[in-house]
Amino acid sequence: MNLGTEPYVVNVGPQHPSTHGVFRMKLTMEGEQITDAEMVVGYLHRSLEKLAEERTYTQNIPFTDRMDYLSAMSNNFGYCLAVEKLAGVMVPERGEYIRVIMAELQRIANHCMAVGTFINDAGAWQTPLMWLFAEREKVLDMFEMTCGARLTTNYMRIGGVAFDLPDEFVPACRAFVDLMPSRIEEVEEMTLDNEILLARAKNNGVISTDLAINASLSGPMLRASGVAWDMRKADPYSVYPRLDFQIPIGENGDSYDRFLVRVAELRQSVSIVDQALRQLPGGPSKVDVPLSLRPPPGEAYARIESPKGELGYYVVSDGGTSPWRFHVRPPSLINLSVLKEMVLGGTIADAIVAFGSIDIVIGELDR
Amino acid sequence: MTAWLTGNEVAGRIRERFPDSVTAANAVWVEVTPDSLVTVCEFLRDEPGLLMEQATNVTSVDWLEYYEVVYHLQSISTNQLMTLKCRPQDREDPVVPSVSAVWQGAWLQEMEVYDLMGIRFEGHPNLRRLFLWEGFAGWPLRKDFLQINRGQYSPGLPHFPKEGGERGLLVGPQWTQLPGAGLAPGDEVPADWAGTAVAGWGNTPVAPEQAEGPAT
Repeated sequence: MNLGTEPYVVNVGPQHPSTHGVFRMKLTMEGEQITDAEMVVGYLHRSLEKLAEERTYTQNIPFTDRMDYLSAMSNNFGYCLAVEKLAGVMVPERGEYIRVIMAELQRIANHCMAVGTFINDAGAWQTPLMWLFAEREKVLDMFEMTCGARLTTNYMRIGGVAFDLPDEFVPACRAFVDLMPSRIEEVEEMTLDNEILLARAKNNGVISTDLAINASLSGPMLRASGVAWDMRKADPYSVYPRLDFQIPIGENGDSYDRFLVRVAELRQSVSIVDQALRQLPGGPSKVDVPLSLRPPPGEAYARIESPKGELGYYVVSDGGTSPWRFHVRPPSLINLSVLKEMVLGGTIADAIVAFGSIDIVIGELDR
Repeated sequence: MTAWLTGNEVAGRIRERFPDSVTAANAVWVEVTPDSLVTVCEFLRDEPGLLMEQATNVTSVDWLEYYEVVYHLQSISTNQLMTLKCRPQDREDPVVPSVSAVWQGAWLQEMEVYDLMGIRFEGHPNLRRLFLWEGFAGWPLRKDFLQINRGQYSPGLPHFPKEGGERGLLVGPQWTQLPGAGLAPGDEVPADWAGTAVAGWGNTPVAPEQAEGPAT
């Protein structure tokens, strides 16, 4: 018997556990095979770039928290670097170290989330996620003791950080750094050879090196495709040249490699925090910058290696107290430009895993 | 350490091959004509010593008299970064050629620029609104956005447009169909302006007696 079939469309999202927010994939299916994929975004668009044009440079810092709300510190960091570049502000050494410690703790928190939800998408329901959440919780506690907030930290300022570290931070951070490697080991033991994870993530969502470069991918997405490209090494900012760390890269560019790269980066970040804690100098943690800062007319593009990839801020000044133009280069959005190539030819179950391995945050994607 | 190429440096390289394409250059950026944009981009990507393999950031700025599209190009093999600019000719209908055939990473970013700044990219494979829906009134990142319809238009969501159209995209009436659309500041407001409504927009003016709320 010959059954005629015709293509049909499956909506994944906008409300779907695997889309990590309000993201919608429209998959055109031929039987079980995906023949076309289109993304529909904008459900969380808050027009932050427009709003930023009416506020002072300092008032814009809280907006950056709300972009990638899973790595608010990194977003603060990138924005402050851009404005400092524009206005020519120098940050004291202690401020730089505190920023790096916070950014790396944030990377640990973000990768705990990314790895946990990825395993979750691949079928290990909740248990590994909760194990990693326990570690992320400690990082958030440290943020809370430093700046009073856990997610939308609003901690960094143009010219340094808002407050110096409290007395209890360094012991807590040291205890965390000592414990974390064993926790990472546990997660590795539990998941790396997991047959289900291997079956679902190996050779899934493969991105070739050429495509990864040509499609402007960055962060773990690019490194999993075999390109050792990390802003902290390629274009070092802050005090990263003084810290010793490796860039983990993948071989095949599949979902499993992206997962491995993130787990390896967890270790590197722990090592960076450890070194930065040892090197942490005394002195002031910020310089005083006028609240209504007026940078000279011009433009500045600064980028950092955020947990998701290259996070760039393009700030244009006309000499006034608020930016003439404020643009974010969102890694979450640009890493999605290969979504179609990743999911084409697979099944919906493959698409979920491939999508989960990109690690996007809708707040940053839509802004 | 990334070498941030100066605009003058790159302008010199471009002028050697395409003498007429560079319109301006300074220490930060180099600006080329829209006509030559794609050929210059291919040159920048393939020229040994430049090898700009990534359009890492594509954005736009509204300078009131004109718009400009800004490309931050990056080379991974030679670790360089440069800023390229292109100024669309027509302020009313800004168009630049799309570079998404040169760098695949540009297509999504060009869609974003089109969506928020209203600059069309000729030759783009799938140019549509990215965050907002087709028919959204105006282009929010333009500086005159809040002046459209003489400031009578309030941005926001009157109601979420229904899905329809060929590809199931979000569609609504064009803002040019709104009453009073196309008025410049200082124009005479048509007498029937306040009474007109467009079906489907949800912006029907409320009659004063209804606006006071239900009688208690």
